[in-house]
Amino acid sequence: MDPIFLSRLQFAATTLFHFLFVPLTLGLAIIVAMMETRYVRTGNPEYKRMTKFWGHLFLINFVVGVVTGITLEFQFGTNWSRYSKYVGDIFGSILAIEATVAFFMESTFLAVWYFGWNKLSPKMHAACIWIVAISSNVSAYWIIAANAWMQNPVGYEIRNGRAELNDFIAVVTQPYAITNYLHTIFSGFIIGGFFVMGISAYHLLRKNEVSFFTKSFRMALVFSLIFSVGEIYMGDLNGKEMSRLQPEKTAAAEALWETQKGVGFSMLVIPDERNERNYVEMFTIPKFLSFLTKGDWDAEVKGLKSWPLEDRPPVTLVFASFRIMVGLGFLFVLLTVIGWFKRNKLESSPLYLRIMLYSIPLPYIAALLGWIVTEVGRQPWIVYHVLRTNQAASPIEGSQVAVSLAAFIIVYTLLGFVAFFLMARHAKNGPEPV
Amino acid sequence: MLETIWFLLWGLIWAIYFTLDGFDFGLGTLLPFVARTDKEKRVVYNSMGPFWDGNEVWLITAGGVTFAAFPTTYAVMFSTLYTPLLLILFTLIIRAVSLEFRNKIASQSWKSFWDACLFIGSFCPALLFGVAFANIFQGIPFDSNFIFQGNLLTLLNPYGLVGGILFVALFLVHGALWLAIKSDGALHRRAKAAAAGLWIFLLVMAVIFLIYSWFATTLYKNYLANPVLFVLPLITVVALLLTRFFIAGESFWKAWFASGATILTAVLFGVVGLFPNLFPSSIDPALSLTAFNSSSSQLTLTIMLGVVIVMVPIVIAYQTWAYYLFRGKVDEVMLASKESY
Repeated sequence: MDPIFLSRLQFAATTLFHFLFVPLTLGLAIIVAMMETRYVRTGNPEYKRMTKFWGHLFLINFVVGVVTGITLEFQFGTNWSRYSKYVGDIFGSILAIEATVAFFMESTFLAVWYFGWNKLSPKMHAACIWIVAISSNVSAYWIIAANAWMQNPVGYEIRNGRAELNDFIAVVTQPYAITNYLHTIFSGFIIGGFFVMGISAYHLLRKNEVSFFTKSFRMALVFSLIFSVGEIYMGDLNGKEMSRLQPEKTAAAEALWETQKGVGFSMLVIPDERNERNYVEMFTIPKFLSFLTKGDWDAEVKGLKSWPLEDRPPVTLVFASFRIMVGLGFLFVLLTVIGWFKRNKLESSPLYLRIMLYSIPLPYIAALLGWIVTEVGRQPWIVYHVLRTNQAASPIEGSQVAVSLAAFIIVYTLLGFVAFFLMARHAKNGPEPV
Repeated sequence: MLETIWFLLWGLIWAIYFTLDGFDFGLGTLLPFVARTDKEKRVVYNSMGPFWDGNEVWLITAGGVTFAAFPTTYAVMFSTLYTPLLLILFTLIIRAVSLEFRNKIASQSWKSFWDACLFIGSFCPALLFGVAFANIFQGIPFDSNFIFQGNLLTLLNPYGLVGGILFVALFLVHGALWLAIKSDGALHRRAKAAAAGLWIFLLVMAVIFLIYSWFATTLYKNYLANPVLFVLPLITVVALLLTRFFIAGESFWKAWFASGATILTAVLFGVVGLFPNLFPSSIDPALSLTAFNSSSSQLTLTIMLGVVIVMVPIVIAYQTWAYYLFRGKVDEVMLASKESY
């Protein structure tokens, strides 16, 4: 069995699973913090109940995020030792900074917050959840900066047979890290918002705790509306950075084979990877793809055939993931705008509420597809144009990886079911009676 | 110079991790033996409730600084110890979710299931960490291509197992003392008796380990070259004896600090003996990874040193505050609250 392929599969499975839990942490922490702030400001006990109810869901989600994150940090060593040796000077240091600067704070203050309702003044208690919200979003920055370095390595030189740091500031402040970061946390905010709206919709449909869930829904709605619109802007910005820095990925995401000027954007495309063309290209908006990727209607966009076959990422998966993600992004704007007009008559909009209930998974799907575009679109490189994925794995037996992969699948599936079951149960039961 | 400082920091962060998470491991391992009623079990869970997660971040940091400061060691250590390391990670996952999930459903079988998981998730990592470190002390069979010549059973050799059992013994005493601090009544009495009884077991294991290390490892080489270093194991011995002294005097906080100092200095004893090796090869000592041949660039070591010097004291400060905040016993108020395990 090929240890590289199995290691890739294992990394993909464990990261995607991890990322089912992390983005909710990013968004829900802020929403819970806003609820508790309102409680402290107004003294209205309903906001305290809201804080506790949503905070409880936050906590179940958080613990799964934590434990699945540790395995990721260690997998760089266990499965990707050649990668770790080659880039540890840069990549390892960013991960270590993440733990010391942000993750300690997040974990410690979350525990203080959860267990400390009777131990702290209301203001101090609310401060704790803000510290959790801020440090989880700071933590995300370091992780994304590390990933951005794999997409666009900067601030290094090849010395002593490896990549060594020569400009730390360049690594941690490169624009690609910033656009990727905002794009990622906004997706987490949308996930958090839709999560709260969806569960609130479930109860509003049943006329249960109407005031409680109307307030929750509206707070999450404003939050989601702002970031859904913001995400379109960030996605566009990030896409332009991608086409500047990783043109192969853009070509794969758009299934563009030939290098052309003034490239049109086809609404319906079906790629034919084997024959290096598309089966179907329909409903084309002239020159729009040039505009989207370069901000210039007549700009030249490189096609996949500009690169030798062994340097191209897989096309169909990247293309389909990208299309669906973008489509979902626009859907989130539509749903939240509709919500804005219905915000004062939620109870009498059962269809909208039902749609919002079933929309809970959609932002998750969008986020996972985004990571597929980012990571699969970077192939065949593990560090873009520096180190190939097939040169990065550990010198270990395939059978070892097969066993661990099977164990991950079993443990994570069970873990996913139990976490989902517990969260769904708590969400359905609703808040504690007064 | 930077490499030496980083070597010591590396050892210190691992030692802090074992000291802090050690009592959690001890508590989880003790659970089936000291807690009889559901309420007693919940006291055990809640005694580590506000702390275990912050403690576990020290592991993430220990892994992170290994990666950052000694990337070659990180790569070779983690890939050669593939199976034991993943076993540790899986069992740590089980531990974390046991803590979080147990009290979410009021069914007896649900709770018993997670109690068993907590035991496995506490005992196994404690044992395996000890096995792993003892094996590192005596050298790991990896060749010039950094390929591990062996399997999990290679690591479960007598010296490795002695190291593993020693870790378990250290953590059991540490955990029993924490439980004595946090509990009342019958549970408190059982915790106290467990601490006193397990202390003898710990003493025996410590003596065996120290003697066995003389024959199985080269740990004493640095100490014989610089006899002043013997101060370190001397502190370990004094801390271990003080632990028993404070147990007898029922000063459980002091006993807990003494057992913490025992763990901290015991790990540092091994680390100092290992210097400059981080990951010695038992096939050919020339292949051993050291602080000097596996480190990051000077720039990275300098930046990371700055980060650690600024951040680690801050982390210790707010974690100390959190410990202080929840210093009281696990009482009825805490158990009755919705926000508890």
